[in-house]
Formats: sequence, structure tokens, C-alpha cells
Amino acid sequence: MISELGIPELGHFALIIAFAISILLSIVPLVGAARNDAAMIAVARPAALAQLLFVGLAYAALTQAFIVHNFSVLYVSQHSNLVQPLMYRISGVWGSHEGSLLLWSLILCIWTTAVAVYSRNLPDVMVARVLAVMGMISVGFLSFMLFTSNPFERIFPAPADGNALNPLLQDPGLAIHPPMLYMGYVGFSVAFAFAVAALMGGKLDATWARWSRPWTTIAWSFLTLGIGLGSWWAYNELGWGGWWFWDPVENASFMPWLVGTALIHSLASTEKRGVFKSWTVLLAILAFSLSLLGTFIVRSGVLVSVHAFATDPARGVFILIFLCLVVGGSLALYAWRAETVSSSGRFEWFSRETALLLNNVILLTAAVAVFVGTLYPLVLDAFALGKISVGRPYFDTMFALVSVPLLSLLGIGPFVRWKSDNPARVAKQLRLILVIALALGAVIPFVQNGSLSLATALGVAAAIWVALTTLFGFYLRWRSSSRMPLSFFGMTLAHLGIASFVIGVTFVMSYSTEKDLRMEPGSSYTMDNYEFVFLGTHQIQGPNYVADEGMIELRKDGKLIGELAPQKRVYTDQNNAMTEASIDDGLFRDLYAAMGESLGGGAWSLRLYYKPMIRWIWLGCILMTLGGVLAVSDRRYRQRVKHSLRAEPASPAVTSH
Amino acid sequence: MSTKRGRRKMLVILVLFGVAVATVLGLSAFEENLLYFYSPTQVKAGEAPKTRAFRVGGLVVKGSVVRASDTLNVQFVLTDNTESMPVSYSGILPDLFREGQGIVAMGTMNVAGQFVASEVLAKHDENYMPPEVAAALKATEDKAKQVGSANTNTL
Repeated sequence: MISELGIPELGHFALIIAFAISILLSIVPLVGAARNDAAMIAVARPAALAQLLFVGLAYAALTQAFIVHNFSVLYVSQHSNLVQPLMYRISGVWGSHEGSLLLWSLILCIWTTAVAVYSRNLPDVMVARVLAVMGMISVGFLSFMLFTSNPFERIFPAPADGNALNPLLQDPGLAIHPPMLYMGYVGFSVAFAFAVAALMGGKLDATWARWSRPWTTIAWSFLTLGIGLGSWWAYNELGWGGWWFWDPVENASFMPWLVGTALIHSLASTEKRGVFKSWTVLLAILAFSLSLLGTFIVRSGVLVSVHAFATDPARGVFILIFLCLVVGGSLALYAWRAETVSSSGRFEWFSRETALLLNNVILLTAAVAVFVGTLYPLVLDAFALGKISVGRPYFDTMFALVSVPLLSLLGIGPFVRWKSDNPARVAKQLRLILVIALALGAVIPFVQNGSLSLATALGVAAAIWVALTTLFGFYLRWRSSSRMPLSFFGMTLAHLGIASFVIGVTFVMSYSTEKDLRMEPGSSYTMDNYEFVFLGTHQIQGPNYVADEGMIELRKDGKLIGELAPQKRVYTDQNNAMTEASIDDGLFRDLYAAMGESLGGGAWSLRLYYKPMIRWIWLGCILMTLGGVLAVSDRRYRQRVKHSLRAEPASPAVTSH
Repeated sequence: MSTKRGRRKMLVILVLFGVAVATVLGLSAFEENLLYFYSPTQVKAGEAPKTRAFRVGGLVVKGSVVRASDTLNVQFVLTDNTESMPVSYSGILPDLFREGQGIVAMGTMNVAGQFVASEVLAKHDENYMPPEVAAALKATEDKAKQVGSANTNTL
């Protein structure tokens, strides 16, 4: 019976049931909350679980179709073929539009269920509202899938073999990159739901900030890791030696990250001091709106061309309506309710509150800069005003300008007391570090290559400034109190991650060397004391490709230190050539080689790179992620604390936030 | 500044200040870094900038790719099926660069009036056509149709 009906149809059916449940989830608990009807409120949690069950079934059904090569499913036949390895058949599920929507919905259901399970400390009314808001988002996504982008659509007659997944996407880094990114994007829906629920209930107090803080931080951690993985993949796989391209796809994930970073800092102020309440709500709405925008602009094809909308108007119109409903609806609610929200805390101009406010302003400025650079070409194109693209120097310049105040502030902020502080006191604490950072900033680049560049000096100084102030703050805290909260460890790690990231970026941008050249077997090229010796190529046979593999010896001072084996692959199933770079990695430098083309007679064009300290960029991302995870593990989030603002003790010199 | 009104005022001022700075910096950095797209027809007509970098797209003419034997210099001809223009490039071409395929090149005109590409982009799969190239080709096609129908009218 099942074989006749087909597992894909069961998957489709499960999706329809999940859709019905999501409608139920988004209405009944809200009505219950309004009427104070316990029975209706109690629907929320089981509905969230049931929704997860059915979306999970649908997801399993699509995965099964990929695994057993069920090419009668259109989506499967478009994104996998018989020779594709199992791992990439499983990851092929989210290789394109329909499947990534399904993954998005599944992750949304996972977050919804997580809120349902880990919210025993929260008032049931609040939980009901939060889950209902998440249910509404789910209604949007499930209906989008069911009405415009059904992943289970059949094709008749079924083809004997499918079209392979783009070979670029057949990489472990990219296989796990979208799920991580989505965990982050969708995770912001929790902060969004808490904010909207609080607006509905008209109760925006510090407790609300305390509830949404761990969720936001963990979502932010996933997003950080997801972006880091994407960057690492681009470096390994694209063969251009770059780690960030200011590509619209990357920017789409970076905007929510910037706003999310602002949000976790603003939430700290709201929780600790009861300030910036309505601002925090606005950020929560903004972070999730940008996540939605990111999902859509990447997956709808609008980036390839705004005219993708014209070829499939149903999807385009749906996306626009959905975005308008979410953004417009939540902003309208905000406008209506924010009046009732008043911030209770008071603070002087020189205080932790001001520092965090500045942090927010700077991060938001950065987000606006990325937004403009990313969307301006799309807008121009949409109105037929010309075809342009915004070059990389724009983004680089903007970020260099934004980084200086942001990183300066990062060093000072944690030393400033809540409410009010004396600038002279903080200056006295930090002046030595400032001198050390500036001195090293001037000396290190000089030692490195004997010349001075302002940008390099500033970058090195900023990284050292951030690292030293963070460690010093940690030391002060460790000396003054017996119990070090995990959240403080988290902040320290995350800020050290920033330092690591900045030093990595500075070195890569200042001291990288790259060279495209023609190499004959036996010839060599020396780059920054490293000698690349090209020995020639040989043919190798992969599971679904054949490759010319180059053999390159790496020598330093005449001694063999490693070998590189870059490949030029031709995927047999689609006759696509692909460059597989080879990298000799190290904490302080990467040596990187990519094959160009065969130039006849055994000679090849090769691209060689020397990338100093590039690992520190991703190390920074990992540290930030770990910092977020540690902060969330803090036990105060697991305790049922009667929190009173007034009872907040006078702040010590360094407090966690 | 400790009053609620004062704080709100400060917040508004700070945000406005940030946005203002962003706008000023953004616009100046922006204008310099906008890369306009031209088709070979537009380049032939002299519409493309003489000194600034711009992007040009079209199909790589079959049989036009010439490689130097001892360097990485490559020459090829780009066409939008109306006009064509030579492009020179030094370096490694992307995996999907092929004769007959649509590509986008970024670069400047040299003194001799030849386009020197600093970057050549060919993306995605073999069926993919850069949207700008597709539009340029379509413009040519439409013009051809118009000319065709005008001819039939006169007959």
C-alpha cells in the first residue's frame, strides 16, 4: 500500500498536517491568552511537538527519496544523480530552494519545541504567546512551500538519472554550513517571538530580557559558526584564496549577525538595568526581519536577477507579502505598544549603558552600510535604472572606518561601571595598555617587513588593545571575586575571538602574497622564503570525477617541509571542470596552490598564495561561538530567580554583562 | 542627562549622528566603487568610461581565444551578437570559462583602446548566463526583430 501511495506523497501529506497544526498553534493559544483560558493556553506545547513530528516526517521522506535515488521526485532528480556519494545526497536536501525551505521549517519547529520544553519557569500565558508567534512564522513557511515550492512534486516519466548537485557544493564544509546558518537565522525567531509576545502582553520588563537572552545568544553562536564555516569553505573550495568576498549571499548572513550582536549587548543593558527596552524590542524585530530577508534573497534567485521574480511571480509575490506581514505587522504592533513601555533605569553620560548604546549605534551603522551596498544594485535593476555592482573597496573602507571606534570602545566598555563612572578612573586603569598596544602596533609591522603602514599598525594595535584589555578585565574580576560566572568567561572568550579575528584580517590583508604563473615540471618559485617546486601532474580517478593532480614540494631553506596536491577535476556526470585547491596550513601561515589550465608539454598555469595568520580569522569565529555557548551555560539562566532591579548590587569595576 | 527625556534625546542624537556619518562616508565611498555594466555595443559607441573601471559582458567568440606560449596572457573576443570587442587578460581563467559561453569581465580601457580585464567571471553551470549578458543579447535580438519587421513592412 505504502509503495503504491509512495513515501513522497506521505511526506507531502505530513506537510499538510503540519500546516494545519501550525494554524492551530498560531490561533488557539493567543485566544486563550486573551481570554485567560487555561485549556486553550495548554494547547501550545503539544501543538509545537506535533508540528515538529510532522515536519520531521516530511523531512525524513525527502531525505529518503534522495538516498534511494527516487528520481520521480522532481527536486531529487534536479539535485542528485546515481554516482553522488551518500553524504552529498543527504546534504542535497538543502541544496536548493524547495529543500532549504523544508530545512528552515524543520529548524523552526526544533526551536519552537525547544522553547516549549525549556520554558517551565515561564508563565504559561507568555509561553503560549511566544509559541503562537512562532506558529505564525511556521504558517508562512509551510504555506509558501505547499502553495509555491512543493519539494515533493513528481515528474513523469521519471528520468533514469538526475542532474548532479553543483560540484562546488560537494564539500563537507558547505554541507554543514547551511544548517548552522539556519540555526542562527531561525534562532532569532525566538527573540522575535519573545519581543512580539511581550508587546502583545504589554509587559516589557527586565524578566522578558532575561528570558530571551540565552536564546538570542545561542542563536547568535550558531550564526557566527555558520558564517565562519561559509568563509572557510569559500577559502578552501573556490580556489581564489579569499576568505570573504562581500558577495550578496555572504552579506545576507552578515547583516543579521551585526544586528544580532547589537541585540545581545542591548539585551544585557535591558536585563541588568532596565534601560533601552523599546530599543531592544526593535532590534529583535530587525534581527529576525533581516534573517528572513537573507533567506529569501539567497534562495529565491533574486540575487542572480531581480527578474527571477518575473519568471515565477507566485513566489515573488508571496515573499513580498510575507515579509511585509512580518516586518510591517511587528512594527505596527511596536508603534502601538511601545508607548506603554518605559525604561526605568537612569544613567549618566559616562556609564556602561552609554558604552553599550554606542556599541549598538556603531554596529547598526555597519549593518546599514552593508544593507545599502547589497540592495542598492537590486533596487536600481528592479527599476531599470542601470546595472551596477558595488565593489569590494566600498565595503572594505566602510568596515575599516567602523572598526576603529568599535574596537576602541570594546576595550573600554567592560571597565566602565553601570549607571555612572568617572572617566579619569577608567583612563588611569587603561592608559598603560593603550601605550603598549600603540607601541606594539607600530613595532610589529616594522619588524614584520621593515615598513610602516597606518592601516596595518592600527589593525595590530586594535587587536592587541582588545586582547589585553579583555585579559586585564578578566584578571581584575578573578582577583576580586571568588566565584567567576560562566557568562563572564563567555564574554572574555568572545572578545578574545574578536582580537584573534582582527589580527588575522590585518595580517592577511597586509602581508598576503599571490602569484599566477606558468610552471613547467621541475621549475620552482620562491615566495616569502617558501619555495614551491612543481614536479608535474598525474591523473587520478575519484568517485564521480577524474582529476589532474599537481605535485608540488614545499621547501624552506632548502629543507622539504611539505607537499601540495592541487587538483583540476572534471566531474564525469556533468563535464564540469573544478579546481580543488591544496593548502599546507599552519597557525602562522598557509601555503596555498590552485591549478589553472594545462598549457601543453606538461606545463600548467598555477596560482600560488602565501597567507599569513589566516587561521586566526576562523579561530576568532570559533572563540566567539564558544563564548556564546559558555554564556548560555551560566547557571543563572537555569535558576528560577526572583529578580528585582532595585536589588542590583552596586557594580564592581568589572561586571559581566 | 539623567532624565528620561534627556536620555531619549541623547539616543536619538546618537542614532542620527551615526546614520549621518554612515551616509556621508557611504555616498563618497559608494560613488567611487560603483561598477557600471556595458555591452560591447555600448563600448563601441563610446558610452563606457575612458579611465574608470567598468564591467563588460557577452559571449566568448568561438575560436577567438589566443594564449601566449610563455606567459599567462590570454586574448579573446567578446560579442553581444551586434558588436564585438577584444579583451586581454593575464592570469588564470575561471573553471567555467569556455568559448561560446557568457562571461563578465571587469577592467579598464588602455590607451590603445583595448579592454584589459583584471578579473573574468564565469559562474555556476554551463547553462547559466550572466543576467546582464542575457539582457544585452536580448536587446540585440529585439533590435534584429524590429529591423526584420520594418523590412517586411516596406516590402
